[in-house]
Parts: sequence; structure tokens; C-alpha cells
Amino acid sequence: MRKILMSATCLGALSVPAMAEVSDGVVKIGILNDQSGVYADFGGKYSVAAAEMAVEDFGGKVLDAPVQVINADHQNKPDVASNIARQWYDTEQVDAIMELTTSSVGLAVQALSLEKKKITINTGAATTELTGPACTPFGFHWAYDTHALAVGTGGAIVDQGGDSWFFLTADYAFGYALEGSTSEVVTAKGGTVAGSVRHPLATTDFSSFLLQAQSSGAKVIGLANAGLDTQNSIKQAAEFGIVTSGQRLAALLFTLAEVHGLGLDVAQGLTLTESFYWDRNDESREFATRFKERTGMMPNMNHAGTYSAVMSYLKAIEAAGTDETEAVAAKLHELPVSDAFTQTGKVGPNGRLISDVYLFEVKSPDESTGEFDYYKLLATIPGDQAYADPAQSGCPLVQ
Amino acid sequence: MIFGVPLQALLGQLMLGLINGSFYALLSLGLAVIFGLLRVINFAHGAQFMLGAFTALLLAKHLGIGYWFALVLVPLLVGLFGVIIERTMLSRLYKLDHLYGLLFTFGLALTIEGTFRYFFGSSGLPYSAPAALQSPPVNLGFMVLPRYRAWVIVASLIVCLATWVLIEKTKLGAYLRAATENPTLVQAFGVNVPLLLTLTYGFGVALAALAGVLAAPVYQVSPLMGSNLIIVVFAVVVVGGMGSIMGAIVTGYALGLAEGLTKVFYPEASNIVIFVIMAIVLILRPAGLFGKEA
Repeated sequence: MRKILMSATCLGALSVPAMAEVSDGVVKIGILNDQSGVYADFGGKYSVAAAEMAVEDFGGKVLDAPVQVINADHQNKPDVASNIARQWYDTEQVDAIMELTTSSVGLAVQALSLEKKKITINTGAATTELTGPACTPFGFHWAYDTHALAVGTGGAIVDQGGDSWFFLTADYAFGYALEGSTSEVVTAKGGTVAGSVRHPLATTDFSSFLLQAQSSGAKVIGLANAGLDTQNSIKQAAEFGIVTSGQRLAALLFTLAEVHGLGLDVAQGLTLTESFYWDRNDESREFATRFKERTGMMPNMNHAGTYSAVMSYLKAIEAAGTDETEAVAAKLHELPVSDAFTQTGKVGPNGRLISDVYLFEVKSPDESTGEFDYYKLLATIPGDQAYADPAQSGCPLVQ
Repeated sequence: MIFGVPLQALLGQLMLGLINGSFYALLSLGLAVIFGLLRVINFAHGAQFMLGAFTALLLAKHLGIGYWFALVLVPLLVGLFGVIIERTMLSRLYKLDHLYGLLFTFGLALTIEGTFRYFFGSSGLPYSAPAALQSPPVNLGFMVLPRYRAWVIVASLIVCLATWVLIEKTKLGAYLRAATENPTLVQAFGVNVPLLLTLTYGFGVALAALAGVLAAPVYQVSPLMGSNLIIVVFAVVVVGGMGSIMGAIVTGYALGLAEGLTKVFYPEASNIVIFVIMAIVLILRPAGLFGKEA
């Protein structure tokens, strides 16, 4: 059998010259993310499904070479993630790693990939550092970042009169970045920051932190955390009557997956920013319906972003006529992005995908007309306003 | 003002510490009962706590059974699950080293959590407090106390005291304690020791499930809710003295308060303060604050 395969491969190589352009005869994409912890619904197995869908939609092959998706759980630990990435690159011929939820993981794997000269497309991590001071020629950032979230949710709330803020911040790279970006937007618009409190990742009880936020007297409590942490913060804030007593909650990173978990009863009225909503246009609905059939969930911006990242990577290989890293990275920078995730995306010289982001309000149970009918569109923020200007991102490649 | 913190804020945080302490006390109580009487380190306690919360949620969702009935029904159901586990699997390990019981229950916890994560995902599901205990919160002057949390403190105190009385002051408790001390002798008096042990494990598991139902309206009901708490609860049991029931209760509340204070003065350390205390206690009193020196 092996012999037959070998000769078939040789024959194939002779008859189709393009085959030789793909190293090891296969394009392997690794999806590395949190599959068991607080961000497992934000990305997790759903992102893996999105990547597989992209490969299928592309036809399963690029330049006549088969495309494979493999995945692993990094448990939100940069050291675990780096080990897996190293093993994938060194022994499993993985060509690119994507998703990479958790900022600390994203930064670690992007740095390693520069050393190994491989492409990363990050959809799950939030920090702007990936395309700022830590940018690399082969590192890309899709879907969202802390800048876009801050401009979206932070900007909108200040405009509506929420001009004094207190932050509940997750105590690691992502939380600091999100708090920092939002503080900048708030103060730039004339607001003030009354203070902040930092809580460990995966805290169960937020009541002390909420009480401190309550006694700060700030009009807005900014939740610079994510996943299960944000859900527990919102749930417990409701319990302490924070919203009913006049303070406002701003969930800075909150997606459809978390709204679904929290339920509209508790989540209604929240303002949030996402770069994707399933019920926005025909392309998004078509993709989302197939996604739901496959997974039982509607996609959030991270899931749809992963689909777009894989799709764009395969298109870039096709356009470059090779899977060689520098050529593919050049095409990724050059080609416009148009798929189910965005129809008007372009990639900046710092690796940042610039696409529109949307400001939503979560519907009340009465307004919602069906399963997953969760958002009202408040505003569309054009990509070049949502994301930092590449020239000012601090990325050394741009200056 | 105390150390630059307004007295009001301090009192509020102490109150919150007491609420968290209630959960620690309830959970460590179950662990202490199981360890004290069975000498089994029940690593599945967090998973059983989560099972309690999920059972309440599923009962409400599919059978329309409300919070108050769940409070009685869920501990019975999950306790029964514990009894089955003990009869079919755990009881076979009593004669072996304690480590086997620990490894078994740890594996059980991973299996239960993994199964729930597979079906329900990690972000969990919402469960609301009963209408009678929902807002508006009570204003105590120094803080607003949600009614539900006040109920948690009361319920936990009652359960803790009742358990302590049952084990330390009644005849049944005396049998139990004797059975741990010398099972052969107690069996010779005609007491069914294996049955006693089975019921004890079931009771400990039921306590975890009860804590789970109490916690369901406060925390997001998620497969991970137990594993986030269980490590802290183990520290509580170690500080209190393995197997000491009063130790578990008092330490549960005390460490809740200590954690609450840390959240005021240095929030970043709030998830390690309990372990720092544990380390200090282990150095000074290896058997724990209430444990008997071996």
C-alpha cells in the first residue's frame, strides 16, 4: 500500500509541477487554543470546526496538495503553548498556527514563529502588542483587538454621558492592555478614570471587587476581563443591584458565546463590540447557519475570524503559488479579505486585519424573536477608526 | 478609617468574606466528614458540588422543579449517586493505601467534569434565585446585602451546626466515630459497619450537592465551578486539621474573612492568601489548628 502511495505521489509530482511548490506535499494548519478552561466557548472546539469548514469550502486542497487541520489545548499557559508549537513546527510539519486565544500565549507563539519562520494568524487574543511593539513580518492579527473594543464600547459609552470610569481588570497582559486602551479613549474624550482593581484570572467571587467599584462612585464600571470572569461579574453585579442603583456596566470583551451562556434576562441592555454578528447580511447568515448545523452554536467573532484566517491563508498560498513563508506573508499583506467574516477587509503593514467593527446592544427577552436573536446594531465603526493607524501602532516594521 | 480604608468598606468586605466563608465551611465540612470517618481524601468533592448545581438547573429546566424543592431533592439524588460510587468502586479501596482513594476520586472528578464540559461547554448556564430572595437588596448602612446572600449565611450556619451535633453529640455519631476507630470491634457488637461507611460517604456527597444548589444562583453554573473552589477548600481542611469537623467549620469562615480582608488591602494576592496561611499553619502546627497531633 505504502509503495503504491509512494509511486502515486511520485507520478503526481511529475505530472503536476505545482505539487512541488508545497513543502512535504501537504499544507498543515494548527489551531492552538483553550479547549478546557474559561475561554473554551469563546474559541475552543468551535474555532476548530470553523477552520475545518474553511478548508472544506476551499475544496480541501490548495495547489493540488491536501490541507489538514490539527488542534491542541494550550490551557492558557504560554509555556505549554510554546512547547506544542515547537513540536508542531519541528516534527509535524505544521505550516501555520492560528486562533491562539489568550494574549500571553499569542505573544509567546508569535515570537517563536518568527524564530522558526512560520506564519501565525491570531484571532483569539486581544492585545494590540501583537501588531504593535511585538509585531513580526509573519505575524497577523484578525477579528479584533483591545483598541477596537475600547473605541467601540468605551467610546460609545462616553458619548452617551458615561464619563467617569472604574475598572475591574483581569490580572494579566490582556487585562492591562484592555484597561489601558479604554482609559486612553475615555480620557481623550474628556472623561475621567476613578480607579481600578485587579482580580486573578478565573475568579469565582467578584462581590468584593464590585463593592469597591460601587463605592468609587464612578458612573461606569468597565469590565476589562473575559469569558467566564465577565459572566460572573455581570451576574453578581445584578445581585448587588449595581445597575438598578444607577451605575452602568461596560463589558469590554463580550461575545455571542458569553451572552448565550448568561441568558438574555441578565445580559439585556449591555453594550458590546464585536466584529461579526451572524444576522448581519446574507454571507454571514449563510455561514452561520452551516456552522450551527455542525456545532449547535452560532459563531462569534473569534469563530468567524478563524474561518476567515484559514480562508485567507489558503488564498494567499494559491496566489503565491507556493507555501513558502515569505511569499505567503507577502500575499497575505497584499490581498483584500472578502469572505463570510468581512467583505471589506485589508491587512496593514503591521499585520493587522482592518475591517469594520460593530457596536451592539443586547436585546431584552421580549425583543428577541428567536434562538440566538440577541443583538441590536447601534453603530458601525469603520475599520480605520476602530484599529490603530499602522504608522502609529509602534510596530518597528512600519517606521 | 483603618489603614487608609474607610470603616464602611471594611465592614462590607468582612460581610462578603463571611458569605464566601459559608461556602468554604459547607464544602470543607463534607470533606472533613468523609476524611474523618472513611480516611478517604475525596478529590471528587468539587465535581459533586458542580453536580449539585447542575442537577438543580436541569430539574428546573426539564421538570419545572423550583429552588426550594431542589434544595431537598438534589442532595438526595446526588447523595444516592455518591452511595452507588462508594458501593461499587470506592469501598474496594479501603484496604489499600489512602493514595488509591485519592487517585480514584481525582480521576472521577476529571471524568465528571469532562463529561459535563462536553455537553454544556465551559461558559455554563444561568440559574436564578427564587423570587422571594431576589432584589431589592437590603441596605445595611455600610453595604447593600443581596437577600440571597443573607440566606446563604443562615442556611450554611444551620447545616454546619446540625452536622456537628449529629456527629459529635448523637448516638449515631458515636457509632460512626467508633467504627472509624476500630471497625472490627464495632462490627462484633452487631453494627453494620460497611453500611455506616456507605451512608457517611453519601452524606458527605449530599453536603457538597447542597452547597452546589446554594451556589447555583450566585455563580454561573458551569462544569468548572467546582474545580475553581476545591483547591481552596482543601487548604481550609488542612488548616483546620484533617478530619476535624469543628475545625473545618471555624476555619472555613475564618479563611473567608481573611480572603475578604486581602481583597481590600492587596487584591492581587486574594487567591493565594489562603495558601500562605496554610503554609504558615503547617510549619507551626503540622496537624492543623484543630487536629490532634498524631
